[in-house]
Amino acid sequence: MKLSKKEVQDIAKLARIELSDQEIDQYAEQLSDVFEFFEKLQKVNTDNVEITSQVTGLENVYREDNLDQCDIQKELINQSAETEDGQIKTKNVF
Amino acid sequence: MNLNQLTIKQAQEKLAKKEISSVDLVSACISRIKETDDKLHNFLATDFDNALKQAKESDKKIAKGGKIGKLEGIPCGIKDLILTKGITTTAASHMLKNYVPLFDATVITKLKNEGAIILGKHNCDAWGHGSSTENSDFGHSHNPWDITRVPGGSSGGGTSSVASDQVLFALGTDTGGSIRQPSSLCGTYGLKQTYGRVSRYGGISMGSSLDCIGPITKTTEDAAIILNILAGQDAKDGTTPDVKVPDYTKNINDGIKGLKIAIPKQAFAGGLDPDVKNSINVAIKDLEKLGAIAEEVSLEYLDSALACYYIVMPSEVSSNLGRYDGIRYGHNSKDAKDLMEIYIKSRAEGFGAEAKRRIMIGTYTLSAGYYDAYYKKAMQVRTLIKQEFENILNKFDLILMPTSPTPAFKIGEKTSDPLTMYLEDIYTVPVSLAGLPAMSIPAGFVNNLPVGMQLIGKQFDEETIFKTAHAYEQATGWGEVKPKI
Repeated sequence: MKLSKKEVQDIAKLARIELSDQEIDQYAEQLSDVFEFFEKLQKVNTDNVEITSQVTGLENVYREDNLDQCDIQKELINQSAETEDGQIKTKNVF
Repeated sequence: MNLNQLTIKQAQEKLAKKEISSVDLVSACISRIKETDDKLHNFLATDFDNALKQAKESDKKIAKGGKIGKLEGIPCGIKDLILTKGITTTAASHMLKNYVPLFDATVITKLKNEGAIILGKHNCDAWGHGSSTENSDFGHSHNPWDITRVPGGSSGGGTSSVASDQVLFALGTDTGGSIRQPSSLCGTYGLKQTYGRVSRYGGISMGSSLDCIGPITKTTEDAAIILNILAGQDAKDGTTPDVKVPDYTKNINDGIKGLKIAIPKQAFAGGLDPDVKNSINVAIKDLEKLGAIAEEVSLEYLDSALACYYIVMPSEVSSNLGRYDGIRYGHNSKDAKDLMEIYIKSRAEGFGAEAKRRIMIGTYTLSAGYYDAYYKKAMQVRTLIKQEFENILNKFDLILMPTSPTPAFKIGEKTSDPLTMYLEDIYTVPVSLAGLPAMSIPAGFVNNLPVGMQLIGKQFDEETIFKTAHAYEQATGWGEVKPKI
């Protein structure tokens, strides 16, 4: 499978990463190789095979929805680059 | 012998008998780090002043008598992918260059509760993405056996540090081999226990269905001592099941008479270095001399596992690294003009080449129209791999494979082609996909470079791995040979 530059740009847009022209060329080539490598899985017969997403067999692990004290609100907010009046500040959405 | 060369077990005994103090032990490690880390670059951050303060506290506690922690006064290093309250935790990425966690990972809380002392944070491939530490955004580490070679990865700073006696033990993380492969390349004991045996809370997520945090040590028994402390259910990690935690040191001396070991023939073909193959074959003979029964088996899906892993893992990576938005914490681009630019520029500047590659692979394999062909297909193949391992382990006690197809390779040798680097993981990723416990143990040398052998057990049966590794270690003593650095 060969990825075009346009496809790499589309993926990067979905992934929210800005790429330079040089990176686009490089990734088009490298990702094409990786996806070609994935082709080998198509030879494996998986008819009627269940998927595995959890290896030790756990299902639906719940906990009580209890309220707990958490006194690090200020410190958490301060982890962000810009704050104002105890709130995180960011750029315009539109 | 210098104090920094002690094993955990030896240090515990000497501290308890007051033959040595924790201050002496911690000081010896600090001197060793200062003396060697210019050459090895294993540490991204150190916390020596605090460590010495804590060592004094430990010495007071020990002097008083009464109850002390199981690791009281014993110094260690922590992979920089594990959150340590108050100590910078970067994931070896520019994205988290200035990130100081507000809480400890569960494993860190457990170590601290037992009196362990953290000397600093170990270098690794950024986000755990790599097999050489060359993907660290802050420069790679070096192999203490030959500093022109890589230590392996991603937990390569930790394995190099333990192998060179900078610390008594380290914690690493292993998603597809990141504790085992660098252990193989540095000659340390590296355990990836059963998925879910140890809490992942506070470990920076890579592939959540695969991630494990585990010990890197100088002996098998030390790994068992650390697992005793780390293992168990944690309310903060829903994937830790309610399975009884045994005393992993209890049966370690039981021997392996009659133990049945499966040797998958596919693991000894293809890209395996002939000298590594030879070392592993000698190790199998040694295990037979100790009473084990080795038998060749077929592991048909070995060949499919790497492709399966390199779909499942990046899919989960792309999701987990989605949280780095440039806003709440982590790198924030100064050039952004609107919200979208904050995302795309912060991520472009904060992530290195390999993280970008994996995020894009995962974004693609999870995207509409490709999900069935890639992600779903890979999760089905994962089932087949898991079943094949289970079928073998129904008839055998253990499976034995090499840990890595080659000894430590030269710095720069595999960086130009990502696929070549991915092949380093060929023997470790199948085990991760099946969620099985596995340990890399030193099994000889090729041209003065360590070779690791991988012992793979049934889910939640780390004990059989430990007693086998211990018997082999006692018989061969490979782990006792030290690098000259």
